[in-house]
Amino acid sequence: MNGNENILTAEHLVKSYRGSHRAVDDCSFVIPRGHIVGLLGPNGCGKTTTIKMINGLLRPDEGEILIDGEKPGIATHAMVSYMPDRTFLDLDMKISSAIAFYADVFGDFNCGKAKEMRSELGLEEDAKLKELSKGMLEKLQLLLVMSRDAQLYVLDEPIGGVDPAARESILHSILNNSAENAAILISTHLIAEVENILDDVILMHSGHVVLQEPAEQLRAEKGKSVNSYFKEVFA
Amino acid sequence: MAWELDSDRPIYLQIADIMESGIISGRYKPGEKLPSVRELAVEAGVTPNTVQRSYAELEKRGLVNTRRTSGRIVTQDENILKETRRSMAQEQIELFLNKMKELGFSSEEIRAIMDEFLEEGGKKNERE
Repeated sequence: MNGNENILTAEHLVKSYRGSHRAVDDCSFVIPRGHIVGLLGPNGCGKTTTIKMINGLLRPDEGEILIDGEKPGIATHAMVSYMPDRTFLDLDMKISSAIAFYADVFGDFNCGKAKEMRSELGLEEDAKLKELSKGMLEKLQLLLVMSRDAQLYVLDEPIGGVDPAARESILHSILNNSAENAAILISTHLIAEVENILDDVILMHSGHVVLQEPAEQLRAEKGKSVNSYFKEVFA
Repeated sequence: MAWELDSDRPIYLQIADIMESGIISGRYKPGEKLPSVRELAVEAGVTPNTVQRSYAELEKRGLVNTRRTSGRIVTQDENILKETRRSMAQEQIELFLNKMKELGFSSEEIRAIMDEFLEEGGKKNERE
């Protein structure tokens, strides 16, 4: 590990689809080590495109992402644990085989932590994935992603489309299970639900980073919640 | 369940205030070890860095001491505890008095009503 205080730096990122519309337009931000950062904005503002570039699934047209000094690729896959915004698992598997599969693929997979999280989240070993509710499936994906001893966890809409009780238990699990000193990037449009667990907020709108600031500083400066501020600015 | 916190105000101060009340009310006793940063973060539903700041605030107020080997301990300094208790009472009474004066009660009336209520409360407690 080098002494760099940011696990990730993104500079002047640009990404267009089919050469026309700029989904991400000149975005720069950092993710400090040990921080929980919210990537916040309405649907279609460029959050998922940004996250795909962080995970090397898309290449930026311009600009650069460095994770612990490396461009997204094989070296960074070993440090970044990524939860996509839609199901990535084969639904014919059982929960136990999904966990075994992850343990096989990722050298940093912590089986003890997976076991703890499985009972914490109330997931039955023998249940088939296709029989799970949306909330349960989301919890399983969180378990797989958080059980890795990663340096950066990237969670794309981890609480989208699940009920409030499941949201609470997912957020609790995120706080309880991240590796020591790891950073977490949570992308969501549900700002009110996540803002208390965030150190920093990155607000995105129409492909631009409008603001990156510590959440507490924003509250103190504006005298209102991140959520109300966001509504006011983007109404 | 995460704690009920108000997202309009700095969260680290709210957590510091809740812990201060816990110390004054005796939930956390003098000399007792406080939860670790991570434990409290998970309990309250906030990031560990926020709890770190809350504990720094409590240290600044003199209510918490950090020991290298045993973590964070509630102060055993009786003067600080007494002063904090006193200033919390003062804060509550000022809020109450301002409200009563806003409603048009005079000091004599407030005193009379308070005596009445405290007496009734006393009798009620004796019965229970």
